Amino acid sequence: MKHRPAPPDLKAAALFVAVIAALFALQFVLPEYHRLSVTRIMVLAVFATGYNILFGYTGLLSLGHAMFFGAGLYTAGLCAYHLGWGVPAAFAGGVVAGALLALLVGCVALRTTGVSFMIVTLMFAQVAYLATLYFTAYTRGDEGLVLPQAARSFEWFGASVDLTDPATRYNLSLLLLVIALAAVWGVARSRTGRAMVAIRENEPRARMLGYNTFAVKLQALIISGALSAAAGAAYALLFAYIGSSFAAIQYSIDALLYTLLGGPGSVLGPVLGAFLMFYLVDVASQYTSAYLLVTGVALILLVLYFPRGILGTVKHRWLPWLP
Amino acid sequence: MNFAPFLFLASLEGLVQAAVLCLTAVGLSLVFGVMRVVNVAHGEFFMLGAVLAWWLASLTPGHAAFGFALALVIAPALVGAVALAADRLILKRLDYRPEATIVATIGLLYVIQQTALLTFGPDARPVEAPFYFRVQFPWFGYSGHKLLVVAAAAAVLLAAWYVIAKTRIGLVMRATRFDRDTARAFGINVHRVYAAVFAVGAMFAAVGAVLVVPVRQAHYLMGLDPLLLSFIVVIIGGLGSIRGTVVAAILIGFSDGLISVFFSPTLAKMASTLLVALVLVFKPQGLFAVQSR
Repeated sequence: MKHRPAPPDLKAAALFVAVIAALFALQFVLPEYHRLSVTRIMVLAVFATGYNILFGYTGLLSLGHAMFFGAGLYTAGLCAYHLGWGVPAAFAGGVVAGALLALLVGCVALRTTGVSFMIVTLMFAQVAYLATLYFTAYTRGDEGLVLPQAARSFEWFGASVDLTDPATRYNLSLLLLVIALAAVWGVARSRTGRAMVAIRENEPRARMLGYNTFAVKLQALIISGALSAAAGAAYALLFAYIGSSFAAIQYSIDALLYTLLGGPGSVLGPVLGAFLMFYLVDVASQYTSAYLLVTGVALILLVLYFPRGILGTVKHRWLPWLP
Repeated sequence: MNFAPFLFLASLEGLVQAAVLCLTAVGLSLVFGVMRVVNVAHGEFFMLGAVLAWWLASLTPGHAAFGFALALVIAPALVGAVALAADRLILKRLDYRPEATIVATIGLLYVIQQTALLTFGPDARPVEAPFYFRVQFPWFGYSGHKLLVVAAAAAVLLAAWYVIAKTRIGLVMRATRFDRDTARAFGINVHRVYAAVFAVGAMFAAVGAVLVVPVRQAHYLMGLDPLLLSFIVVIIGGLGSIRGTVVAAILIGFSDGLISVFFSPTLAKMASTLLVALVLVFKPQGLFAVQSR
């Protein structure tokens, strides 16, 4: 918890600006198919960034983050579909729903640690997934819902925003990613962020130093849940479709995998992980229907040989200033 | 309409379900009890057993009973070999750290499941029952094979109990489970015990799968349900307690059929999953755990 001198922060800030500028520039050179892929990846990267707060910084391994993604997705989607909410209201509703669910889940699940926490979050997420199937009258379960035309555009301070326009969608998801990264960077540098890392490294010691570790963990879970839900709400509103598969365990595993691959506990790690893994699975699925084999092999290899992930290793070996 | 035959039929079906669940869950419980490893790929060992049984049965000419008998011996042995390899190549290298092994076994789940999809294909395939003898009850005839499943499961569990409680091998296992450092100090090769327990745990699931595959069909996704049910049973029964596991498996195997008669299966699954999560949070020693070790 030593105080970092200014220059590394400057370098980190420069890196952020470079990454964001590169992502912004990318839309002008990418062909249509890949521009859509990158739009999706950036939303998934927001999800993984939310996951990273809990796993990378606080050291809590959740196997149920699909429920927060799903809470955002379904709250935004159902409010837009059934209640005719506008896009900004539906998005905000999704984020609030995710934060509330995280509060509720946290109060119960955070009584456990380690393996029990993993299983309990897995089971809560399974209940949430089954709920999307059970209330099929509203959600249409696996088949899902396509959002109406009214939810495809909105007015924002006099300007009309059209969500069917690919360029608009790309830049909105980039904006969301920038906000998420800024939030994580801010949290990581704050007192709470350092308390999170202290808990990750040694919870009894953090408690002995006087931290209310339960409160810090709950804060981490709420921030993490809200960011994951923001990703889910954005996914629903940008791509105008909600379905049960987005709340399935696969999505929890994906968030874990993106974070593990890119580097848990590094701000940009989950973004890099989401990019690499998305394209790896995309390429694999062109050759075989068993493309989830890639997911399985990647999980095993990462745990065995590469637990710090890509950016975690780079930071450890070469660039200690990396955020 | 007379309700008694219905209830009797439901109990018989519950008994079959409970028998298979017992085998699968005891395997999971054994692995968790001795190694402190939560094996998320356990259901895939079940699936692998069923798929191998189909393969072996389709290779064997002649009467279906030969193929079934062959599958009952060879499929669990092959699954045990796969588990042994997984232990050596993955779990041992992770030093059996609980959180890392969960992530690794999730990976293993995908690897086994997707490999089955690549080789066995996406279709469900039936395996012929070894015989078609029907037991005549006053109201209906009942598949003799299903009763064989129950008897065989009971026999396997009794044998397991005998080995664990009465033999030297069992003593070594219990010692390792109780305190692995002390066990090591007494010259027990803990890694060998772990490898054996992981293989045997997987074989339990495979035996259950081979027994039941003539009733259900072999399919590459069939491992997920037994996995969830086994988790539920192991948690309710008390993590790592074999006796509690057997009691819980019988209870849940029975009630699962009955509950889904009265409620929507999805709602029943939701309620039971939520209940189990709460048990794990508020009463992690399980509902039927015996206090002494």
